[in-house]
Amino acid sequence: MFKNLNFDKLKLESPNSLPEMERRKFLKMGFAVVGLLAGGKILYLVSIVNKGFAFQKGQYPYKPYYSMLIYQNRCIDCELCMEACVKTNQVPPYGYRTTILERRMPKAIEQKIEFIPVLCNQCNKPPCVKACPTRATYKDKKNGIVMMNPQKCIGCKTCMVACPYNARYYKEEIRSIDKCDFCYESRLSKGVKFPACEEACPARVRIFGDLSDPNSEVYKMVHQLEKTVWVLRPETGAVPNVFYTRG
Amino acid sequence: MSQNTQKNHSAEEVESFSKWGILIKRFTGLSKSFYLMLAFFLLIAVVGIGAGFHAMYIGYSHAYNITREIPWGILISTYVFFVVISTGLFIVSSLGYVFGLKDFMSIAKRAVFLSIVTVLAGFTVIFFEVENPFRMAIYSLISPNLTSNLWWMGTLYGAYLFFIITAFILLLTQKHKLAKYAGFFGVIAAVVANTNLGAEFGMLHAREFWYGAYLPIYFIPSAIMSGCATILFFTYLAHKVNNEPMDNAGTKALGVTTKLGILSICIVMFFTAWKIITGFVGTEGKIEAFKAMLIGKYALNFWLFEISIGMAIPLILYILFRGKNMEMIFVGSAFIILGIFFMRYDLVVLGQIVPVYYELGVSEYETLLTYFPSAHEILIVLGGIGIVATAFLLGEKVFNAHKVEVHENIANSSDLIDLTKTETIK
Repeated sequence: MFKNLNFDKLKLESPNSLPEMERRKFLKMGFAVVGLLAGGKILYLVSIVNKGFAFQKGQYPYKPYYSMLIYQNRCIDCELCMEACVKTNQVPPYGYRTTILERRMPKAIEQKIEFIPVLCNQCNKPPCVKACPTRATYKDKKNGIVMMNPQKCIGCKTCMVACPYNARYYKEEIRSIDKCDFCYESRLSKGVKFPACEEACPARVRIFGDLSDPNSEVYKMVHQLEKTVWVLRPETGAVPNVFYTRG
Repeated sequence: MSQNTQKNHSAEEVESFSKWGILIKRFTGLSKSFYLMLAFFLLIAVVGIGAGFHAMYIGYSHAYNITREIPWGILISTYVFFVVISTGLFIVSSLGYVFGLKDFMSIAKRAVFLSIVTVLAGFTVIFFEVENPFRMAIYSLISPNLTSNLWWMGTLYGAYLFFIITAFILLLTQKHKLAKYAGFFGVIAAVVANTNLGAEFGMLHAREFWYGAYLPIYFIPSAIMSGCATILFFTYLAHKVNNEPMDNAGTKALGVTTKLGILSICIVMFFTAWKIITGFVGTEGKIEAFKAMLIGKYALNFWLFEISIGMAIPLILYILFRGKNMEMIFVGSAFIILGIFFMRYDLVVLGQIVPVYYELGVSEYETLLTYFPSAHEILIVLGGIGIVATAFLLGEKVFNAHKVEVHENIANSSDLIDLTKTETIK
């Protein structure tokens, strides 16, 4: 039965003897497995410039197109931005429109801690606006800012649950949800060019600007490929307008 | 002939309702324990509603344990608990007078009545959750957002309430043809409203625990399971309260309802199994939530209340004692209702315990968030239960034990399907 089997003539099993396609498949599988495990973390490291609204359509629906760039490594957690925000927008002590998160990496080389300022991302596809039953929160057609009309707010808190960025809180004083509006009500609408947090920042962490204006720093940073620019939680598809980078 | 008697009866019935004397008579000479129970549940309802108004007065954020990170607590889950029971009750009741399954006929009136009561209890609970309920009434109308599931929830449950009240009145006044139509539209409204309620969670794509098509579909078998358990529970109690033995039709109805209950428990178990299995693929945060449910803080809620008390034990009781021992079916049904309460609670809370910035790896949100209801919240939940119990007791007397008149079965027997007959043919 085994007469015809000649062991001397058998080919050696090694990666060299595998067909090209098989090898590729195997590698792909490996990448897929590793990718699955690392996916969550890697998302934050990959530039989203290509997915940015600008590159999708090549034009901007709003003029000016308000957005913010945050140099994450510059933040020293002095909280002057938060203080300025509280003063400018009458934010009560139990709430906040912007805050600073702290990331500790004990095993990192040299610098072991960094601060991440967060605020409303003024998303292009805001989940909060979709969820609001009475259009109390809406994406302003002129300036693209996600605004609140406190009178219409029923206080169901669905927008708070819907928000991927924890940017909303219930403000008892006005019986309504309150959130960052890039200081539109308190400053921009009155002719001031910058929100209070940017003005207060001593380290130039927050750069407010017009994403559609080629002269703006935000435009220049977002429309380039050499340096990584990212957004928080891109997987939700909310298409945020607050960009993060280091430098 | 039969039409004539039907008309006469309905005229009498209407007349009898205008006579307050008969109503008062139904409430006199009852046992002491009935009055005691009525007083007890009325007190609970009043205390609960009182706690709600007190919370409104001092501000919900001071009275409730909800936070910026977990804005939806036990009041939302209890609302879901009540309205899903309501849709379930209505769907089960409709099998008789809308879809012509004769065996379900004798539970129809009570089931429709209880579906009205439970949905109103749900509305009462959520009234104390929404910060500005009066603005809701105005701006839902003049500033609707058609992409909002919450707006649709209000609208659809409004329509649902209209149809079920209409169906109940038509059933009372013996207008069976019209009741059938009202019931039919009511069932459509029930299914759409119920699935939309699932979508209310399922379409919040920032919350991975909820996101997806699972919840809207899951809410249907879950509603039927709740409906079966609730009607079995209250029918048994009704016979105790009214001190009446169960007739043939009643026993039969409970038999088929138990059967439907068995089927729906199995479907919900199947759903739950796949939810767990799929729960372990996805992002770190979602897996953490599932771990909390299975082996963490919520494991007791899940394994003891949701699985054992909510499904496994009742399933065994239903299978062993169907049509034989009503006490055991009653115990099983009570277990299901308790289990479902925890199912809704876990569903609502677990969806929020993962901080939105969990995977960013920041110190502020390294661990899962916690929530436990405050005294105010618990009192309001008890108030909702008090409302249902009080209304049940009153309903049994006001509507004379929700009796189905003899001729109702005869008059409509031609277009009704007898489930037992088809069984014997097989």
